[in-house]
Amino acid sequence: MANEAVKYVWEGAIPLQIHLHKSDVASHPAPPPALVLAPRIGYLPLLVPLIKPYFKDSLPPGEDSIWFDYKGFPLKWYIPTGVLFDLLCAEPERPWNLTIHFRGYPSNILIPCEGEDSVKWNFVNSLKEAAYIINGNCKNVMNMSQSDQEDLWTSVMNGDLDAYTRLSPKLKMGTIEDEFSRKTSLSSPQPLQGVPETDVAGQVKTARIPVRLYVRSISKDFENLEDVPEIDTWDDISYLNRPVEFLREEGKCFTLRDAIESLLPEFTGEKAQTSGEERSMDESEEAQESGEIKLVRIQGIEMKLEIPFSWVVNNLVHPEFYLHISVLVKAPQR
Amino acid sequence: MESGREVSDFSSGDGRLTVEDFSVAARGFSDNWKTHNQSFPPWSWVPLISRTPLVSKKQEEGYLSLEKIIILSSLEEKNPEEDSLNVETDCSEKEESIDDTILVQPLDNEAHYYDFHIVYSASYRVPVLYFRGYCSGGKPLSLDVIKKDLPSCSVSLLMESKWTFITQEEHPYLNRPWFKLHPCGTEEWIKLLSQSSSSAGCQMPVELYLVSWFSVVGQVVGLRIPLEMLN
Repeated sequence: MANEAVKYVWEGAIPLQIHLHKSDVASHPAPPPALVLAPRIGYLPLLVPLIKPYFKDSLPPGEDSIWFDYKGFPLKWYIPTGVLFDLLCAEPERPWNLTIHFRGYPSNILIPCEGEDSVKWNFVNSLKEAAYIINGNCKNVMNMSQSDQEDLWTSVMNGDLDAYTRLSPKLKMGTIEDEFSRKTSLSSPQPLQGVPETDVAGQVKTARIPVRLYVRSISKDFENLEDVPEIDTWDDISYLNRPVEFLREEGKCFTLRDAIESLLPEFTGEKAQTSGEERSMDESEEAQESGEIKLVRIQGIEMKLEIPFSWVVNNLVHPEFYLHISVLVKAPQR
Repeated sequence: MESGREVSDFSSGDGRLTVEDFSVAARGFSDNWKTHNQSFPPWSWVPLISRTPLVSKKQEEGYLSLEKIIILSSLEEKNPEEDSLNVETDCSEKEESIDDTILVQPLDNEAHYYDFHIVYSASYRVPVLYFRGYCSGGKPLSLDVIKKDLPSCSVSLLMESKWTFITQEEHPYLNRPWFKLHPCGTEEWIKLLSQSSSSAGCQMPVELYLVSWFSVVGQVVGLRIPLEMLN
């Protein structure tokens, strides 16, 4: 049985209004935009079978090489749709206006996409990587039968949480306990496998959590999200695919802030804190130099940094066992 | 945060590297390469400090880069004995080799350039080879064209496992599509290599990790290392 938060994650969807790029329009008048509901955990190329019928009569002859852009900014198909939305729309836009192209694939920027097959293998390879991070090997993914692997992928593609919940335990991914429940649940069924490392005193445990962190930095400070400038290039986004070492110490809660700061040490400290009781003049000057985390979004939720990381991992993870975190920062002044 | 961690983690010989070990191994490899491979351009260390806008405090982070290597496509790849490539450096021998190739293949005499990067994977804790190919005009080569430059054994492996051997992925630091050699089995065979070298009772030193690794991985793309490098 999946818990409620996971259900919300799987049901999450973004209304898209998709326009056909004008250079692909071979009909008069140009076709009206298509409206589709895009699952957050899905990928844009999977929507093509839904979208293409709207536009097929308007297309010029030739072979398709389909890609999407947002305000001229080419969208990476291998990033889940919800993550793209969280990352690129600081102030959520609904419906989200995207443009579809059937020609002129920008292969210098985007990895080629051969439709569903590419998306599926991108998923499977990510799943393998996540398994390696969590369990220290990818045997359980490799040993999964072809048909189970196919069914697992179909469940993701169709947003079928019940099927996914039935199949994913076969991957035997190590789990972490929710921090607030750990005192009471000594009989927890699945302790973390493979990686738990205990130090000499037996106090500190670590586990590795697969995280994809997307950091969009903005040089100018801003007050409101609608003042965040539009994005021009992927070079404005730093992408970190790096596991978080989940540190478990007796009497301490490992928070989302701890996780993000472990990946972005340059943003460590009180700078991002708003409450700062002991903040001195020096520190606010320092904050100017060192940059500031302005916004953290996971699955469309604006996160408080004090939330236990274990809760985030257990509830907001994507089906390939990666946690995708979008961060908006004010870049350090140098 | 973890700057205090010792390089000695590697002594466990489990086939994995820490990021700090990687930078030690990378320098060992590029020095070794320079000594034994003088006809070839050197591998250079690209520190990540240049990566904007995030400035990593871990100054030792970076990757190894060998760029503008010319591979002249040759029809002889069909010959099973010829599975190493006609690899030339971007220097004086160039013309001579072009002449050779022209004799074999008069229609396609355009040189293909290759860039190779050895990047640390924090997920797998092993090095990963990324590469890309392009023509003299800078136009990127597709995998179908690259296949013709690869040794025949790599090509057959590529046919069998289209999605799990070499795929196009985003370069972790350059944000652009590069080809990547999948690393998920690396730890296993490195373990084997280090066990055979440690059977005499000594561990493979971290400086030699990348040499051993590249002696296997380099062959996939037709780059061989001189045997002396392994001593």
